Amino acid sequence: MIDTSTFKPTIVYTIYIAATPEKVWQALTSPEFSRAWFSGFAAEIEPRVGGKFALLAPDGSLHIGGEVIVWDPPRKLVTTFDVNWEGIREALGTETVTYEIEPAGEAVRLTMVQANERDLSDDILSGGRTGWPALLSNLKSLLETGKVSKIEMAPPMRMIEALKKLGVKVPGM
Amino acid sequence: MSKPEFVYTTYIKTTREKLWHAITDEEFTGSYWFNCSLVSDWKVGSPMKMMRGGQVMNECVILESDPPRRLSYSWHTVFDEDMKKEKSSRVTFVLEDDHGAVKLTVTHEDFPAGSKTLPSISVGWPLVLSSLKSMIETGKPLAFDPAKTTT
Repeated sequence: MIDTSTFKPTIVYTIYIAATPEKVWQALTSPEFSRAWFSGFAAEIEPRVGGKFALLAPDGSLHIGGEVIVWDPPRKLVTTFDVNWEGIREALGTETVTYEIEPAGEAVRLTMVQANERDLSDDILSGGRTGWPALLSNLKSLLETGKVSKIEMAPPMRMIEALKKLGVKVPGM
Repeated sequence: MSKPEFVYTTYIKTTREKLWHAITDEEFTGSYWFNCSLVSDWKVGSPMKMMRGGQVMNECVILESDPPRRLSYSWHTVFDEDMKKEKSSRVTFVLEDDHGAVKLTVTHEDFPAGSKTLPSISVGWPLVLSSLKSMIETGKPLAFDPAKTTT
């Protein structure tokens, strides 16, 4: 397994949700739930350390792939999180995403931490800084109201331009 | 070195007009802001007080007020002796339409080096804004005692 202990946190987002830790865990790890809040992407996870992690696009293709680093339901999930674009891993290194679920009164505090192997520019990080608040707002709405909003998942142009300069082939661009 | 600031974005299923009301109305703020009510006439230059149980928590001054788009106020925490000695920081709310929801971005900045207020508000804003989103979308605020969660 890849050593992620030296990765540096690049994006942290905390949100409080009126739900049980078990419900939040289910929303993070089941394909049906994740499709609803993660803009149509289905999480497929082998429930063990070292297991495969994937986020599949609506057409079934691999969008994000990785490996389970920590599997501790319903408290903590850590996976590597690599976008499946040609050249992106060589250009940016590997990334991890950590979800931590803690009880907070009758609610739950969910903390998402993106950490990266390398130092990344603000242009590159603009994608996650834009995307995570929208996605996790949707997760909260889904668990509290059963409904979600439409999310514009197109990465910011400044991120696309920065990736192209690094030789990454962005699909459709 | 990035400058010391706190930025938080949340998406709320509502209109900008309703969200503006939710962040400026004395009674409505009290419903989700963990019993903190915001009292002001919201005109530029006017004072704004954040009150909890008859006690002033923060003394603010309205710096920008452009309903329902942009609101900015100074922020001086007075319930804590150390924070009271710090100069005022600045909070800005930006409300934007986004696919039938409103994207709300809160930026809290202009902190002195070693500020004690910055770590305090960094815990507080996700709580308050999560509770605001719940209140608008479900009619219920988040139920817990922030004093037990933030310390």
